[in-house]
Amino acid sequence: MSVAIQWHSLFFLLMALAACGAALAVVLSANVVRMAFWLVVSLGAVAGLFFLAGADLVGTLQLMVYVGGTLVLLVFGVMLTARQPFVDMRTAPTQWLVAALVGASLLAVLWQAALSVDRWAGRGQTLADRQAQAEPTAAPLGLALVGVRVDKPDQADPRLRDGMAGYLLPFEVISVHLVVVLIGAAHLARAKRRPTSPEPPQTPRTPE
Amino acid sequence: MAEYLKTFLPESYAWLAYTAAAAVHVALLFVLAMMIVAVSNWAERKIAGRLQDRLGPTRVGGRFGWLQSVADGLKLLTKEDLVPAGADRFLFRLAPYLCFCASFSVYLALPMASGWVAQPMNVAVFFVLAVAGLEVLGVILAGYASGSKWSLFGGMREAAQVVSYEVPLALCAAIPVMVAGTMDLVEIGNRQAGGFWQWQIFHDPFTFLTFFVFLTCAVASVNRAPFDLAEAESELVAGFMTEYSGFRWSVFFMAEYASMFAVSVLGAILFFGGWNGPLPVASLLGLTCENHPLAGYLGGLLGLCNLLVKGYLGIIFMMWLRWTLPRLRIDQVMTVCLKYCIPLAAAMLLGAMLWCYALPGGLWAAVENFGG
Amino acid sequence: MNLLTQPVGPMHYLLVGAVLFVCGVICMTAKRNALGVLMGIELVLNGATLNFVAFGSRFLRGDSASSLGLDGQLMALFVIVLAAAEAAVALAIALNFYHTHATIDVDDASELKG
Repeated sequence: MSVAIQWHSLFFLLMALAACGAALAVVLSANVVRMAFWLVVSLGAVAGLFFLAGADLVGTLQLMVYVGGTLVLLVFGVMLTARQPFVDMRTAPTQWLVAALVGASLLAVLWQAALSVDRWAGRGQTLADRQAQAEPTAAPLGLALVGVRVDKPDQADPRLRDGMAGYLLPFEVISVHLVVVLIGAAHLARAKRRPTSPEPPQTPRTPE
Repeated sequence: MAEYLKTFLPESYAWLAYTAAAAVHVALLFVLAMMIVAVSNWAERKIAGRLQDRLGPTRVGGRFGWLQSVADGLKLLTKEDLVPAGADRFLFRLAPYLCFCASFSVYLALPMASGWVAQPMNVAVFFVLAVAGLEVLGVILAGYASGSKWSLFGGMREAAQVVSYEVPLALCAAIPVMVAGTMDLVEIGNRQAGGFWQWQIFHDPFTFLTFFVFLTCAVASVNRAPFDLAEAESELVAGFMTEYSGFRWSVFFMAEYASMFAVSVLGAILFFGGWNGPLPVASLLGLTCENHPLAGYLGGLLGLCNLLVKGYLGIIFMMWLRWTLPRLRIDQVMTVCLKYCIPLAAAMLLGAMLWCYALPGGLWAAVENFGG
Repeated sequence: MNLLTQPVGPMHYLLVGAVLFVCGVICMTAKRNALGVLMGIELVLNGATLNFVAFGSRFLRGDSASSLGLDGQLMALFVIVLAAAEAAVALAIALNFYHTHATIDVDDASELKG
């Protein structure tokens, strides 16, 4: 039994180190293309963390939509603007100092909050009773999105059970929202023809 | 297998048993994919030759050139390792491996027979589509990191094409998922057991038409001709792969063949019954798990052969297309995607949904009910 | 190591989420490239999503009564979808800025400076 728990924790450790290390690399890189690459690694590791938490549909969605969609869009944007002066832009050291101070204090507050609740530490449970709790999530999620909460009867606490509503309205709202966003982004990014435009963006020169 | 190996080792080394079992599974998947690549390489040259009214390789390893793939591999391994002067060294070296990992990770979720899957997932179809879409990042980085504008153009074009075709591909894959009611590939395969009339492509006319749209989108999303602008030899030298030579080029090449096989197998499982043959031979002969574990294993092996044949027919069809049809221009590619594939896939989705609602149980059940 | 022999709980996910969040905040404040700022936003959203998934995971909590259950995962789903939409708009704005000012440096976006 202890061996089996070890594997889950080992993979968690690997994915967590990958996610945090790549996020640090995003901060510390100066070259914007390398930042994009490290962001891909970080978000891929986050998808792995989702899988390890038993959220397989969300993990797959992260890979497909976030890494395979949003980040591709971001990398396209980086490619379109990767002219030589803008690929490596460095910030002044004083600004880095202020940013680091803000970051460190925020990290201290968040870590202190995370470590303070004893019940979250996950001690004292065996793999067997954890695996008893894990169940496939794709069908219940899909049903919840159309308004049917199939996990409602499992909730022991009646007050919590009363608060479990379906997610049909948010689903509709984000569908409309996505249409609006698509139209807006397409309108914003349209090719404009103006008589006196500044120099048109040329093809990127070879980067160093 | 891990439990079996654990009996040989002392308790503190139990982790070694798990690692060994995992390594065996990984090696099996890797060898499967590599064999597909090697055989496809040979097949491509032979089929290309025959379609062009010539013989193809005939010297290496006998009359049919069986060892040509091995010779090609050796040549690529021994080539000089070039990195262009203007290239971003780290990303240039990394990009092929990104493509390769994305392409091979798909095999984690693909079942080869009933229950023979590396990682049983109940979101398997979604996982396959998601991971197959990650190859595009390797392509863009390769195009950028090569430091040449032709590579960059090739990379951007290919990325635009793959990302656009993911939409109709996912819509087309959603239709058999809806018909089967589950995203688990093992379940979908098992539902098609019986004769070939149980296959999902014959479930209703909308699913039948969806297969052809799926085929088009699959060919486009693995960048095979007629959608192979990214490697258009006459336009962009070799597109994003221009500056790659030797082992790194072969890694891209392996990734392409592996994804071709993976989408063929996905199409076979979703539409053509997967590991179930046209006639239910295995259950007729009694080769199922209930009778004897060995009989179950043999039944599984028969299913594996079925699936490999179907996947390979898909690959041969893609090769046939490549050497027959002329290449499409980028605007034609995008037009086909946005104006034809997406509306067709959406219409098929609507039709299949209505059919499932009105006539559950498929075409044959409807025919039977009509008669009786 | 201590972590390897103990099961993983939501606390560990919160720690990772916090690191991602802080890296995102530093990116947003210290990067001059507008796309760098956008990458910071993505990191922040992912840190928050990790928290949701950790609290919503019955596997990590071990007792289903105290986890958010599906709500956590649904939140994560909505966050991912909305993040994609927001990234599209932000990119459109950044590219517009690039086309009109011929620079992607946010320090040059100072026309409204008082």
